[in-house]
Amino acid sequence: MNRLRDDGVFAGLGEVHRRLLDLLAAGLPLTPRPYRDLAATLGVSEDEVIDGVAALRELGVIKRFGVVVRHHELGYRANAMAVWDIPDDEVATVAERLRAFPFVTLCYRRPRRPPVWPYNLFCMIHGRDRARVEGQVGTLIDVCGLDGYGHAVLFSRRRFKQRGARYARAAEPVA
Amino acid sequence: MIDNGNPTDGLLDDPVNRRLLDDFQDGFPLSSRPYADMAARLGMSESEVLERLRRLTAAGCVSRVGAVVRPQSIGASLLAAMAVPAERLDAVADLVSACPEVNHNYEREHAINLWFVVTTADEREAAAVIDDIESRTGLPVLRLPLLDQYHIDLGFQLEWERPRA
Repeated sequence: MNRLRDDGVFAGLGEVHRRLLDLLAAGLPLTPRPYRDLAATLGVSEDEVIDGVAALRELGVIKRFGVVVRHHELGYRANAMAVWDIPDDEVATVAERLRAFPFVTLCYRRPRRPPVWPYNLFCMIHGRDRARVEGQVGTLIDVCGLDGYGHAVLFSRRRFKQRGARYARAAEPVA
Repeated sequence: MIDNGNPTDGLLDDPVNRRLLDDFQDGFPLSSRPYADMAARLGMSESEVLERLRRLTAAGCVSRVGAVVRPQSIGASLLAAMAVPAERLDAVADLVSACPEVNHNYEREHAINLWFVVTTADEREAAAVIDDIESRTGLPVLRLPLLDQYHIDLGFQLEWERPRA
């Protein structure tokens, strides 16, 4: 049985699974038998594709499977990355509070890169307009008691590229 | 740059389209005819579901019907950022977007103004992509790998501005 390694990388996942993930991340075809169509591309059976999706889902490699919306086109024009410099021994506690807010769509810890980048806690917030997102950041700071910590709010200005990720090795491109 | 104005209002006023966007962000059917299963829940034909999804995709409301992969569960996904002089931003952004390993690329309001995500089969490949961008632009790239993720992605609950019909 394959196992998740401690670092979260699924060591036993084979190239067929990677290619399947690439196809799933690019999107199912809008045809009546989408899994059969992917199966034909991969050279496996429709049942193997469906079982593969179920397995990747079960393992947590796929965290969500369905209609992926684009916030901007749905009227969520303000997209902010709110970042904080939180002491390392407090960051998990603070993150637990932040992630409870429905408008916080992602919450990650990343390394600081001093002196240019002193922040280690990253949240994504999507809102209909800038004023509302600024208000939401203010709420986070008040409710979570973050006013003593350095922070920045980086609104997105232009989106140059947005699509699903690709995981197959470069030497074996997806057909 | 991707910006389509706002051609979507009519599509989004439609209550069935709102259900398509709201109710199927996760748990897409793992059956031989998944769109027919969606159609049964919505009380319409499979071909109508497919047609609506095609229109929502063409309008840009739907990115895809597919998988959102948990970062770091497979391969390497690396957030990277650069401080690009304003007069070079368009050219550098184009160079970054042209890398097939880059799946998101945004300008943000900060001295560090170009933010992108590199996704590859492993960390060595991701590092090579970043090295290449650094050497081709002559600009340093901040590497900000994910250390912990705290959020469980349940999709995005849309708040419609007008009440559902």
